[in-house]
Amino acid sequence: MLKNEDKQNNTVKKNLDIPIVKSIGLPTLIIAAFFLLVMITAAVLKQSLPILISDILRRFGMNGVLVLAMVPAIKSGTGPNFALPLGIICGLLAWTIGIEMGFVGFKLLLITSAIATVFAVATGYFYGKLLNAVKGAEMTIATYTGFSTVALMSLVWLMAPFKSKQMGWMMGKGLRETIKLDGVNAGEIINNFLSFEIIGIKIPTGLLLTFFAFCFLVWLFFRTKTGVAIIAGGSNPAFAAAAGIDIDKNRIIANILSTVLGAYGIILYSQSYGFFQLYSGPLMMAFPAVAGVLIGGATASKANISHVIIGTFLLQGLLTASMPVANQLFAGTDLSEIMRVILQNGIILYALTQVKGGGK
Amino acid sequence: MGDILLTIKNVSKEFYGNQVLKDINMEIKKGEIHALIGENGAGKSTLMNILFGMPVIHETGGYQGSIELDGKEVMFNSPHEAMSHGIGMVHQEFMLIPGFTITENIKINRELTNPNMVSRIFGKQYESLDMKRMNSDARKALDIMGMSIEEYTLVAGLPVGHMQFIEIAREIDKTGIKLLVFDEPTAVLTESETQNLLAAIQKLAAQGIGIIFISHRLEEIMQVSHRVTILRDGEHVVTKDTKDTNVYEIAELMVGRKVSLDRSGSDSRRISDEIVLSIKNLEVKMPGEEVKGFDLDVRKGEIIGIGGLAGQGKLGVANGIMGIFPARGQVIYEGRPLELNNPRGAITAGISFLSEDRKGVGLLLDESIEINTVFTSMQIHKEFLHNLGFIRIMDSQKIRNHTNKMIKDLDIRCTSSLQHAGSLSGGNQQKVCMARALTQKPKLLLVSEPTRGIDIGAKKLILDLLKSLNEEQGMTIVMTSSELAELRSICDRIAIVCDGKVKGILSPEASNAEFGLMMSGVHADSQMGGAE
Amino acid sequence: MRKAKNMLSKQMPYLTDNIVPIIFIAFTLLGFALTDNVPINYFLSELSSRFYRNAFIVLSLIIPVIAGLGLNFGIVIGAMSGQLAIIIVRYLSIEYLHLSGVWELFFCIVLALPIAAFIGFLTGRLYNKTRGQEMIASLIVGFFANGVYQFILLFATGVIIPVRATHPMIKPDGVGVRMTVDMGELHYSLQNIMKTPFMWTVLVVSAVLLTLVVALYLTGRKRPDKGNKVIFIIKVLLLAAIIAYSVFAIATKNNITKVKEVPTVTIIFIGLLCLFTELIMKTKLGQDFRSVGQSQHIARSNGINVDKTRIIAVIMSTVMAAWGQIFYLQDMGTLNVYGAHTQIGMFSVAALLVGGASVRKATVSQALIGTILFNSMFIMSPEIGKAVFGNALLGEYFRTFMVYGIIGMALGIYVWNDNRKARITLDPIELNAQDN
Repeated sequence: MLKNEDKQNNTVKKNLDIPIVKSIGLPTLIIAAFFLLVMITAAVLKQSLPILISDILRRFGMNGVLVLAMVPAIKSGTGPNFALPLGIICGLLAWTIGIEMGFVGFKLLLITSAIATVFAVATGYFYGKLLNAVKGAEMTIATYTGFSTVALMSLVWLMAPFKSKQMGWMMGKGLRETIKLDGVNAGEIINNFLSFEIIGIKIPTGLLLTFFAFCFLVWLFFRTKTGVAIIAGGSNPAFAAAAGIDIDKNRIIANILSTVLGAYGIILYSQSYGFFQLYSGPLMMAFPAVAGVLIGGATASKANISHVIIGTFLLQGLLTASMPVANQLFAGTDLSEIMRVILQNGIILYALTQVKGGGK
Repeated sequence: MGDILLTIKNVSKEFYGNQVLKDINMEIKKGEIHALIGENGAGKSTLMNILFGMPVIHETGGYQGSIELDGKEVMFNSPHEAMSHGIGMVHQEFMLIPGFTITENIKINRELTNPNMVSRIFGKQYESLDMKRMNSDARKALDIMGMSIEEYTLVAGLPVGHMQFIEIAREIDKTGIKLLVFDEPTAVLTESETQNLLAAIQKLAAQGIGIIFISHRLEEIMQVSHRVTILRDGEHVVTKDTKDTNVYEIAELMVGRKVSLDRSGSDSRRISDEIVLSIKNLEVKMPGEEVKGFDLDVRKGEIIGIGGLAGQGKLGVANGIMGIFPARGQVIYEGRPLELNNPRGAITAGISFLSEDRKGVGLLLDESIEINTVFTSMQIHKEFLHNLGFIRIMDSQKIRNHTNKMIKDLDIRCTSSLQHAGSLSGGNQQKVCMARALTQKPKLLLVSEPTRGIDIGAKKLILDLLKSLNEEQGMTIVMTSSELAELRSICDRIAIVCDGKVKGILSPEASNAEFGLMMSGVHADSQMGGAE
Repeated sequence: MRKAKNMLSKQMPYLTDNIVPIIFIAFTLLGFALTDNVPINYFLSELSSRFYRNAFIVLSLIIPVIAGLGLNFGIVIGAMSGQLAIIIVRYLSIEYLHLSGVWELFFCIVLALPIAAFIGFLTGRLYNKTRGQEMIASLIVGFFANGVYQFILLFATGVIIPVRATHPMIKPDGVGVRMTVDMGELHYSLQNIMKTPFMWTVLVVSAVLLTLVVALYLTGRKRPDKGNKVIFIIKVLLLAAIIAYSVFAIATKNNITKVKEVPTVTIIFIGLLCLFTELIMKTKLGQDFRSVGQSQHIARSNGINVDKTRIIAVIMSTVMAAWGQIFYLQDMGTLNVYGAHTQIGMFSVAALLVGGASVRKATVSQALIGTILFNSMFIMSPEIGKAVFGNALLGEYFRTFMVYGIIGMALGIYVWNDNRKARITLDPIELNAQDN
């Protein structure tokens, strides 16, 4: 049996023996080529490249931390965090509480982050416990955990006793679906920090710095004793267990980290947009983030910071650039949205076919 | 006993340049019970795989020689084809679906069907099941086995003995069954179940079915078989009429291998009388290698071997002590009881373990040699870390220096200390495992199958390394291995495990027959070497 | 002592296995208790029409479960195939053929078969490649296919596939199919073939079921053990009670006879699918489904073509879902081209689970009971929201939560149990020690 598998692996390896394909990964290369093609088309069509690039940079920065949230989960062996909406909801709840308390501007941002941390740590803890109980089916259960929490939170948004005029409906109870951050001086607050323009390209310095800072912190974390133990537990649980590692505890830690990053991610994301969305807003947000890290070359069991950076850049770049291009070529159709759906789910499916095991 | 049913002529087989069968000749007559015995790796399973046309054989380039069934040459491309020619196998692991009835299990993929309106259009797959006929067939097969159990009982919850009988019933229900292979059929049975089974096997043989009986229980072989064939290291040693031989001879022939005792330098060692590790009534639930009440005292400074046939539980001992599989019993290490089911505790106490499952438990294949070398020490002894208050970050410099030293000391062939462990050869992987174990500075080293899957040159290096650790640093070593020769070459004493217990302790100089008998669980009258 | 322990451990799984239906019945009953303004004939009319629409699709989930593929969220692809068939048939009918409703329906059914079978084949192959992760794969492949579906209908139609720009189904600019397509003649084409009064149908169906139950009991099963007997008696009594009440209702023409009439042909189709699902399990193919579902390893080693068997199961499921969607839409009257299918997977799976099915076990009766219970909840939850919180929207959010929650909980409990059983413990040794 073993020999048989080895042989299969060998044939698979042979197919991908071209060094560059092997080191970068086929999907990443295809998407990169596609991205290049779209950029060239944009240039040919005389789209304003500086505006396009500014847009890509902004989208890259604002999505980055959400994609980064995948890394701890994947490294710990629980697979991509399909329950990202949990973290996102923690961030959203923190926004609403911060606004309700009457804070504005940077103060609001700090208070929100602090509250979000508390919620996300608690949520991540219980979520990690849940994942430990359902080993082997983490991805499926995570997806439905995310879905049902979003649905449950809809009830909370509707019933929460918030009074702030920034967030309530004109009449009746409950919070609005879309809450503007400009009203509390928090729109683009990080984006604009130290931002500057160069040859027409707007560089959102604060946003990018924040994203890279988080990348660095996560990288650093995985060089600590705990971080290394988490990696070992994820890549070979039997090895880690034999070395006396408490794998379940580490999986919980990793998922707390992932949830916290999800919360920070949405804070960064929404300040860049200038608003945030409640109710079913977070429902599908896990999927682009999962797709992002996979496009960067990660698999369901392996992911690095470089995958996050490359993947986010390619996916967001492609989506941002293709929108005006598609609109110009095929007016009236929402082709880029369709493309996003196909691309995002296609890459997730591809990753699933690479998952080993199963089939009792 | 009648005509010749199956002839195996000059069959040889190579796996990746590794000769595992050399020129095997064997003959089975109708109605004969032919015992096939040999140690692990003697080639029994490869021979059976060839007989059944298992895909493993074709994927690795087929085999040489020929097989004749009823005088006609046959070559099966799949087990299914072999089955359709009347060759059946009773598996060691039960191939039964618990949620199915006995009938459904007996008839799996051979269901009896009746055509109906739909099937006439869409094909045979849509024919309706004929439960009545299936049940009566199953009944017949069960009756042959002398089983009174209802054929529509669910298999789930039946005693193990029954399951074995259902497996057999499935084989004999196949029309035209000519040859039946039993692979260690009594391994999981109780005494009385075994006797029932042996009686059933004799009954089947009396009906003219040829039977190949693979077992390590020599007494059973003496009881039922007509002839025995012994394989050793892929070679055909002898075929004899059972009545012309005895347990002692079979055991000797099975093990018989020239042992080169290479114990130079052992004079300078001193083995104290101090018991460093005392194991009492250890039970370990390791699937396939269960330990059921193991007792052993290990003296300080010795190399003690644990041997025995596969599946008897020898591998479970070290895994149990290290907390890798659930264990129960008493283990006293350096005078203090060792907490079981606690890997961290065992490592902290100063015990290191080289697992038999190198790729599964021994290594992080996707990580560098550096991480693999220092991981356990970093995690358990908190070494190789910068301590920055509440966080501890890896000390890359210290790790690199240490790993490079290990690479030099153990002669690990690699491009750099950053190479991934997965891309190393088996021998070098084992050295990395060894490097990790040594980094922990153990007082007691447990090694399991240290040379499995390693080429001959590297084998010697590993064994020499173990010996020098023992001699130069006085490290106590417990070495578990399926290769008796290897145990006999470096151990001071060898404990033979049978059925999860220590059957006896032998000196490496003991005779082949003594080892053979003990491994087969036969109570030999001969004196035992060493002390218990 | 031991016996009592056994009894208890036998009862416990029964409770945990059926926790979802129990919660649901409790919830619906609570709904009735809290809201006194839901007339029973309104409730039954709503419930019955929802049942006719959904039962077929829910039934299409059974075969993949038995074949070990778990809950096939990929039936949305079947639903899309059905919609594609409708769109093609409607387009051609308006453009050239001018068919009557029944003929349109017939062609939809015929056309949906190859489309769904082909796509089912592809998804089946995908599931074979994502072994062990079929459920998440089936969910994602649904999203993926939705993208492709939108691409075909929104973009390729009119650009790659030539269509008449002035066709009423095509957007004014000549590219893409409109958001909603009127079902025209197709609307109620199945429903209108024949209708029978509600209580008469209940009477006939119960009578048929009663004879079936009795006949099966008398002819089949060699050993009528106690459990069987009790269940049998309960079934007979229940059916007899329903028959008696129907006779009473018809005789007295009370309120309940005002429940909407029953579309006979739809009911017959649902009945046929039930029959098909039951009968297929009694064929060689069905036995292969079961073997593969129980253990792929053992099935394979006995020479069953596991991959092919799984693909057949997926194809069957996809085709049935396509037909189910066609029946559903002919009842709705308009086709919401880009939205009608999106939730069907989740809702159907939730319905099946509510009936007491699990990832590994599903029966026809679980599907039917589940459809009824699930839709009761759907009708009741806005009412409860209104009654308790004075906000119907709340009830709607709540029922979305229930859908996701049920699926998550059912899957979670299943995996948790599975993991618990797979854990290696010393206990079997202990048992052996006691026996000796």
